[in-house]
Amino acid sequence: MLAEFGYGVLLVSFVVTVYSGIAAFYGVRSKSSALVESARRAQLLTFPLITISSITLIYLLVNNHFEVSFVYEVTSRSMPTYLKVTAWWGGQAGSLVFWSWLLAVFTSAVTLRKWDRDAEFLPWVIVISSITLTFFLGMIVVFENPFTRFWLSNGEVVPSMFRPSANATIFTPNDGQGLNPLLRHPGMIIHPPMLYLGFVAYVIPYAFAMAALITGRTDDRWTRITRRWSLWAWLFLSLGLVLGGRWAYDVLGWGGYWGWDPVEIAAFMPWLTGTALLHSVMIQEKRGMLKHWNMILVILTYSLVIFGTFLTRSGVLSSVHSFANSPIGPFFMGFVTLTLVSSVALLIWRWPELKGETEMKSMLSREALFLLNNLLFMSILVVCFWGVIYPLISELATGQKVTVGPPYYERATGPLFAGLLFLMAIAPLSAWGHSTVQTLGRAIWKSALAALVVTGVLFATYTQNIYAVVGFFLVALVLFATAHEFWRGARARQKAQGENIFAALGRLMGRNRRRYGGYIIHISMALMAIGILGIEIFQTETQGTVASGEKIAIGDYVVEYRELASWDSPGEGVNYTRAVVDIYENGIYLGQLYPRIDFYYDSQQNMTIPGQRSTFRDDLYILLVDWQPVSSIGATFKIYVNPLVNWMWIGSITFLFGLIYAAWPDRDPADAPARRKVTAGNRQTSAAD
Amino acid sequence: MTETTTPKRGVSLWVQIVIWAFIVGLLALVGVTLSKRQQGTVQPGDEIPDFTLPLFSGYEYEGRSEVSLSEFRGKVVVLNFWASWCKPCEQEAAELEEAWRTYKDSGQVVFLGADYVDTEPEARAYLRKFDITFYNGPDMGTRISQLFRIRGVPETYFIDPDGVLYYVKVGPFLSVDEIKSVIEQKLP
Amino acid sequence: MKKLSNILILALVLTGLLISPVFAQDDMPTDDEVNAIAKQLYCPVCENTPLDVCPTEACRQWRELIRLQLSEGKTEEEIKQYFVDNYGARVLSEPPRTGLNWLIYILPPVFILAGAFILFRSFQAWTKPRAVEADSGPGEEAGSTSQKDEYIARLEDELKNRK
Repeated sequence: MLAEFGYGVLLVSFVVTVYSGIAAFYGVRSKSSALVESARRAQLLTFPLITISSITLIYLLVNNHFEVSFVYEVTSRSMPTYLKVTAWWGGQAGSLVFWSWLLAVFTSAVTLRKWDRDAEFLPWVIVISSITLTFFLGMIVVFENPFTRFWLSNGEVVPSMFRPSANATIFTPNDGQGLNPLLRHPGMIIHPPMLYLGFVAYVIPYAFAMAALITGRTDDRWTRITRRWSLWAWLFLSLGLVLGGRWAYDVLGWGGYWGWDPVEIAAFMPWLTGTALLHSVMIQEKRGMLKHWNMILVILTYSLVIFGTFLTRSGVLSSVHSFANSPIGPFFMGFVTLTLVSSVALLIWRWPELKGETEMKSMLSREALFLLNNLLFMSILVVCFWGVIYPLISELATGQKVTVGPPYYERATGPLFAGLLFLMAIAPLSAWGHSTVQTLGRAIWKSALAALVVTGVLFATYTQNIYAVVGFFLVALVLFATAHEFWRGARARQKAQGENIFAALGRLMGRNRRRYGGYIIHISMALMAIGILGIEIFQTETQGTVASGEKIAIGDYVVEYRELASWDSPGEGVNYTRAVVDIYENGIYLGQLYPRIDFYYDSQQNMTIPGQRSTFRDDLYILLVDWQPVSSIGATFKIYVNPLVNWMWIGSITFLFGLIYAAWPDRDPADAPARRKVTAGNRQTSAAD
Repeated sequence: MTETTTPKRGVSLWVQIVIWAFIVGLLALVGVTLSKRQQGTVQPGDEIPDFTLPLFSGYEYEGRSEVSLSEFRGKVVVLNFWASWCKPCEQEAAELEEAWRTYKDSGQVVFLGADYVDTEPEARAYLRKFDITFYNGPDMGTRISQLFRIRGVPETYFIDPDGVLYYVKVGPFLSVDEIKSVIEQKLP
Repeated sequence: MKKLSNILILALVLTGLLISPVFAQDDMPTDDEVNAIAKQLYCPVCENTPLDVCPTEACRQWRELIRLQLSEGKTEEEIKQYFVDNYGARVLSEPPRTGLNWLIYILPPVFILAGAFILFRSFQAWTKPRAVEADSGPGEEAGSTSQKDEYIARLEDELKNRK
């Protein structure tokens, strides 16, 4: 009964969404504000509807309704309740519902804003978001229905939504298959929602951009309205990527956090264009330039979100992350085509009207450096895109499958990332409009000198590897230059206003959150770069099979195998095999680590959990690869030393802080005087600096 | 960065052509790949193009270490994909061998084993373990498995005397009779 | 697809349960020597996962094969070539530099250079209208006496300018 109810509500929300789009379209065509208002209400209605359907699904998941095939596929009796809830997004059908729900959250939120000044955008924003939501809901109700049940019909078990034949009865399996153990990690519980949030949130900037193109309102209003949306979308996408990295590090047993897997890259590509957009939008705001380019970027970002989702969900790409083959492929393909073709056609149509004030005074001005930054991001995008697409071309053209793996990406993107670091160091020092070599030089020489000294010390004491030396120099340059920028600003304020230095710094940062939040993000990027350099250049590994009491040495560390135990935990449905090892550094006892292998009975899958010892200097990362039940030979361990990798996570936390600082809504009315006159109803947008 | 096209004018024709060509090309590429992925294995009724299977020593066909499908016109060909690391393959290994021994002397049926993504020492151990005597060899470069677009192992393909596929078995056989009944369909 | 994953799962189980006697004899290549090569190879059974960390039974066999070949005195290149011959070019972490595959190495630099060129031309186009006034621009800067004050002014200006 509940399954029918959930499905019914989904159908209703599908119809409501379709209505909302059509009503908005005819409303704007016939200039009927009543119709547009009706469309807006319909749009608002999707949120409670999909929420009800989702709650129904969660109820089925939590209460072991294994007659529902989705419940059977992703849960089992032994799973704890919170995992049953998160199983909502653990499979294709459920995650599409989750995705639609998020979409409804965003579109409802945006229709709730005050539209006084932007009434002409409203119907088109509704049309665009309704089309997107229609597509996702359509995919669910037609192809990937999470409420499909098992039926026993003529001696066969068939999955079907409704009674497949007159004498069919519902078939309830005894237990479910259980969630893929890889997806049971806390990181994996948060990682997909974050990623989806990021993906879905980009629909809002895209809808506004399209609305701007359709209405021909080509000023920068749409960028102002969507600025904060883009920032939040970017926050979630970034968080999703970082959490995914942490998950891979803890669970996949690669000894790393990023494998240049096509599915990872599919999520990384919108991040690249999204980051470029964050920067180039500022040029449009400050200098009135690049209106075309921002449109291109927003279309590209959204298209990459849809395209990437399509590639990973349709089975075109295969990888550890991808969903199994699914019937949604052709339908999804149609949506990708629609999105791409209509956005590009609109853009070409409106191209002449998007005239920008194109003037550039100096190649070293802030805007010029931002453009260089965009060039580098686009270059990384080209490398990634081509790396993902080329295997398809090769397979079709020569019948030969090829792998495009880390060596390609690392070689191609390494110099580009280095270039980005360099820009990160100098761009904040350059001025909008004009900068010269002298002004830039004056601003940076102290930081450059300090960075050189640090690098010199590192060269003498830590590493002579040329890539590492260049990398560390750039990191140091970013850190010093950015810190100096904070210091200069605070000092200037201190002198001008007679405040003490900390108050000055606080006020300074408070006055332009986006700018200083951005600088904090730059710092976090430099910190992450330390971690990346560490693991890319200095990672060492060894593997060995030892008997109890024997030792494996790696670098300054010695790992001594003590014992191994294997036991069942019937309540959880898991068999644990846990090794105990003592670790020593230069002969000093540091403690014990417990690498283990968890075997999940329900899904018949292994999970390798490393024993980790994490310090600022390096991580000792021990995997239990294999063991012998009759313990004459012992166990096989794979041991990594991952220098500096912790900075990756420190950087991530700094990053989160910076982003929230930049994106947090301003409520301080004291900011108001500097603004140009705004209507009372426009608080949300004017706060969106 | 398309910003260069002078903003006052529209997008020049050749830029538009390039952009649309790129989009069409990309969509075509992805579309074709998608349809290929969704196709599944080759279907009964398809004529199977010729392929060559190298054979392990000790599993030669009439003393030759390589056979082509075209040599077996007039015979029913049972092509089995397997691997030594594949547990379900072991379920059907003995049955396949038993069926082979039934038809071995009739000269009307040929059994071929294509060893998918496997290593030779392990494969040989597997063949010895199940006392397999029909012709077996490695699927070099995964060429044959790509030809049949197999989804996994074990999979067994039955090709009739005219070189046309007439039955596909995905997953292991449960009994010798199951194998025999499929073969009998095409025997006089 | 389902079935393949079932097989993978079984293979995974096996990895955990099977006994793989790896005797540390003096003449046997070490795990590290094997992994050094395995790191560069990709097994078709677990796509996009390097062979040295892939947990499936098929991949374990591949690693043992590498060990065997190493013990026979084969070089790294010979071993990689053996795998390419047997399982196709997809086992390599990058497409071999032959024929069509050159595209993957050539196209990105070409695009990046083209992008850089277009950007450079745009810079030129955008700066040109200002060429007449350009004389006064740098002069002003060079003549600025107090760069600190200028900085404060600029900072204040930038902070105020936000709308």
